Amino acid sequence: MANTAHAHRIHPLEGRIAGSAGVRITPAAPAARVSLRAGPSDVKALSKALGLDLPLAPKTTSGALPGRLAAWLGPDEWLIIDEGGDPLADLGKAKVLHSAVDVSHRNTAILLSGAGARATLEAGCPQNLTDAVFPVGAASRTVLGKIEVVIIRTGDEDYRVECWRSFSTYAFELLSVGARDCLA
Amino acid sequence: MSGANRIKGRGRLTPAKTVRFTFDGKALTALEGDTLAAALIANGIHLTGRSYKYHRPRGMLSAGPEEPNALIDIGRDAARRTPNVRASVQEVFDGMQARSQNRWPSLAFDVGAINNLASPLFAAGFYYKTFMWPKAAWKHLYEPIVRAAAGLGVSPKEADPDHYANHFVHCDVLVIGGGAAGLSAALAAAHAGASVILCDEQPETGGAFHHDADAKIDGVSGWDWAQAATAELRSMANVRVLTRTTAFGYQAQNHVALVERVTEHLANPDPALPRERLWQVRARQVVIATGAIERHMVFANNDRPGILLASAARTFLNHFGVAVGAKVGVYTACDSAWATAFDLKQAGVSVPAIVDVRPDLDPALLARAKELGIEVLAGQCVLDTSGTLRVKSMKVGRASGGSTRSIAIDALIMSAGWTPSVHMYSQSRGKVVWDEDSKRFLPGKHVQDCVSVGACNGVDDLADALEGAAEAGLAAAKAAGASGTKAWGAPGSAISASWAGSMMGAAGGAGAETSVKAFVDFQNDVTAKDIRLAVREGMHSIEHVKRFTTNGMATDQGKTSNIHGLAIAAETLGKPLPQVGLTTFRAPYTPVTFGAIVNHARGSLFDPTRRTPMHGWEEAHGAVFEDVGQWKRAWYYPRPGEDMHQAVNRECRTVREVAGLFDASTLGKIEVVGPDAAAFLNLLYTNSWDKLEPGRCKYGIMLREDGFIYDDGVVGRMAEDRFHVTTTTGGAPRVLSHMEDYLQTEFPHLKVWLTSTSEQWAVIAVQGPKAREIIAPLVEGIDLSNEAMPHMSVREGRICGVPTRLFRMSFTGEAGYEVNVPADHGDAVWKALWAQAEPLGACAYGTETMHVLRAEKGYIIVGQDTDGTVTPDDAGLNWAVAKKKPDFVGIRGMKRPDLVAPGRKQLVGLLTRDPSVVLEEGAQIVANPNQPVPMTMIGHVTSSYWTENCGRSIAMALVADGRALKGKTLYVPMPDRTIEVEVTDTVFIDKEGVRLHG
Repeated sequence: MANTAHAHRIHPLEGRIAGSAGVRITPAAPAARVSLRAGPSDVKALSKALGLDLPLAPKTTSGALPGRLAAWLGPDEWLIIDEGGDPLADLGKAKVLHSAVDVSHRNTAILLSGAGARATLEAGCPQNLTDAVFPVGAASRTVLGKIEVVIIRTGDEDYRVECWRSFSTYAFELLSVGARDCLA
Repeated sequence: MSGANRIKGRGRLTPAKTVRFTFDGKALTALEGDTLAAALIANGIHLTGRSYKYHRPRGMLSAGPEEPNALIDIGRDAARRTPNVRASVQEVFDGMQARSQNRWPSLAFDVGAINNLASPLFAAGFYYKTFMWPKAAWKHLYEPIVRAAAGLGVSPKEADPDHYANHFVHCDVLVIGGGAAGLSAALAAAHAGASVILCDEQPETGGAFHHDADAKIDGVSGWDWAQAATAELRSMANVRVLTRTTAFGYQAQNHVALVERVTEHLANPDPALPRERLWQVRARQVVIATGAIERHMVFANNDRPGILLASAARTFLNHFGVAVGAKVGVYTACDSAWATAFDLKQAGVSVPAIVDVRPDLDPALLARAKELGIEVLAGQCVLDTSGTLRVKSMKVGRASGGSTRSIAIDALIMSAGWTPSVHMYSQSRGKVVWDEDSKRFLPGKHVQDCVSVGACNGVDDLADALEGAAEAGLAAAKAAGASGTKAWGAPGSAISASWAGSMMGAAGGAGAETSVKAFVDFQNDVTAKDIRLAVREGMHSIEHVKRFTTNGMATDQGKTSNIHGLAIAAETLGKPLPQVGLTTFRAPYTPVTFGAIVNHARGSLFDPTRRTPMHGWEEAHGAVFEDVGQWKRAWYYPRPGEDMHQAVNRECRTVREVAGLFDASTLGKIEVVGPDAAAFLNLLYTNSWDKLEPGRCKYGIMLREDGFIYDDGVVGRMAEDRFHVTTTTGGAPRVLSHMEDYLQTEFPHLKVWLTSTSEQWAVIAVQGPKAREIIAPLVEGIDLSNEAMPHMSVREGRICGVPTRLFRMSFTGEAGYEVNVPADHGDAVWKALWAQAEPLGACAYGTETMHVLRAEKGYIIVGQDTDGTVTPDDAGLNWAVAKKKPDFVGIRGMKRPDLVAPGRKQLVGLLTRDPSVVLEEGAQIVANPNQPVPMTMIGHVTSSYWTENCGRSIAMALVADGRALKGKTLYVPMPDRTIEVEVTDTVFIDKEGVRLHG
């Protein structure tokens, strides 16, 4: 009785798929996420606890999915995403001053893949996503249409869009509409 | 045959490719590639509409985007109709239905033309004067009539079935305009390795080569050179060429908005294609190559159908193979009209005379005219024209007087010279500068990272334009950081027709008297005399003249009229033209559809709709939803046969008698973490947090600096250095910003971080006497007994096997819990709780019941019982303000004299004398209902409900000195009656609060 909900996460975009000739749009797998805040002097210890080097330059990431990825969101702010492990528990081992807040369920993610993936994002994202400025491994907290998202470029033609749970249907629909004209 | 005026062997269209269209129901044939303007003229039609104010017959003036007259309603089907489309821009597609506008009952016979005879009534500024009395008549009589008579076009009522795309794009160099200069700049920039976007509003690049067939570049025609240059650009991976794409808005930091017409020219567009694309370009460098626009001559009756710009006639001939008439008169102050005359004559069209206001003319032009047998009238003017629906003759003579002569014509072409198209430059906030040598306004200093090249920059010579543009393109590429090494050299030789000669303002024939209609602005029906009148009536600034006369204020943005209007104003004022100044050009350069601007933001994408994890269950169980900001919240759950009132009564009763489940997931949540977390909350809330032990929670109030209530919510202390803060649903984003602002600007020394967890947690409120019974079987690791977990405490454990933050708290006055679980588990946990609750007779309840239950207990809702002018004391919440804290946001505001003065409105309860009467929220309250109107209002109702649990209505109200009026009778005057009420305290049920601890 007590275990009815255990281990079963209902993704807000469960079962959805969209896209066009230029792009495939799918919900990402469930993941653990941590919003990590800390000052510069404690980055080293936290990196050690996480088993990756926390990125220090704007718009960069370290690590990769599946596995663990850390995206720089601000001078004292990172988003940790992990599809297998427990980053919150790992951070618990670091005894330096920091704030680690579980946001695994706050966010959800949408994956875009294909030659038109960038143009699909550009239907709603005013930020410069061209290769020179936003190469593979880049990440940025920015705007998609009327919502806030974190865009992570995971491959040449692959992007991950993180957004808050209740905005995910809007994000998914906007990207689906953007996909129609992504090869223009 | 694609029209009687089509000249064999002329133009660049393919005679075999014909398309069918209708104009006012008449079936006509055009060639593929024709604009509607070209197709109509090919079919002998110049008359296309009636003018805005005087309903004068009008036809095509131009062959380009500057067209003020030929505004047509273009339709595919009922839902795909666009009014006010310029005939000179719209390409004909097979099956197109074109209709003239602003005429009734027919184009040729238009009742509204009486305005032309009544025109003395409609002089400049008529609407400021004519319809001033009686005042009420403006709204009910004059305005509706004037609007009906003056309107241009009718918008379709059907929903737009098409879709529109938006693309944000970034490039090194954006080139606006695909004429010779733009192509040259684009090639130079592209070869230097820059990423380049070139846009041009026409279907093909080539700019002035559409008309100038004499132009030669490196031995080939200018047109062929342009097409080859475009093909080369299209073949380059770093270049995007956008035709049918108008740059219409130049915003800050090189953000330029372009609109591409994707399917407007197609007979059977692929439904997958957007009708239009909005390209929002952010360019490192912008090259403006927008060319120049020819001006008309200002003289009496210069607006008859068949009178048009010389360059337009030349475009119709050389690009579309269409002669604008059989006997074409010429009236000019500029050499370029001569080239048109020569081309027409050589194509077999009769050109009875070239009338040129200039007494001294280029001998080469005179020789060529003589050779072709064209009469030249130098130093003379066209003084007037005749012909109602089409020009029939021109009256020619000297402006100074003397004999005149009438020459029969069926078309008249004119040129007063060329106006550099500085719209984009001006929109970029550049200020135009008067060039005395060439007598025109040119771009001055460029204030953004842009440069103007070619004709829009006053470069008249083609070779100079190509070379200058190539240099500018290369420089732009380098400035943008391009490091390519391939150089592109501008063509070695280039020649084109002369554009020498210019006049601004009224020509001979514009008349000084007040009856002559010499049009300056065709689209807004502004004449030379209107501008003179404006000056006489005291408008000395061109900005005033513009607004008084509406010159240049139509959708054509004064492309042909601004300079003439300015010159006439300057002459009347007796001032040099540059001293009068030019008005600023505004976006959009040409009209843009709402569809393109709105693009994706329609239907479900107009605004995000937010749903909680339990939304699906709620929907399946019949919930009616209400919009709370962007959220959909379950409002009430009607059972079969129940209306809202019955459902809410049942839910209210059930919660107090048994229990209820409520989805509170939308509450804002903020995790406050760090060693200074309590110190930070001490500064942000009126309450004191030092003594709150981990595992306990507390109701907190947050003020603004001014001492008024900003938000409220329950805050739980999870650990020494970790708080779980809740905010109102609507307050979630702004409360986090408010906290973050103070943390970063006022309290940066505090070691604390804020993280929004609003959506991390699904929240299920379980409230009522059986709340514990419902949750107990599902909870692990938490002692739920009253002793172990009293009211206002929080525990971490598991529910249904998933982690929970379990709050014992209440917004109903009943014993209850708020179960927080990670959001993806919310639905499963809700269902498990429901499986416990339903057999016990509990219900699911919505926001309406939540509102009633909290009102029964006198709990306030920030934003309903407060309105941004309510202090904690006003709301009766002084107990929540720490008395010993030295500082918190709002502490000084609270001490302001007005905020402590007697007579402030205080929150009280109201009971109507008749318990069945439910007051209206917002209703005003008076002490004496018999006082004369306007009465002194002493307060208003903030919350009002029928409560089944009390068996009567209850209300809360803000009333001046309300707490002192307890037991007194006040009155709520309504339109149909006055309602008597008694002032009470705000708690209507369980005043001792024993149920909370059950």
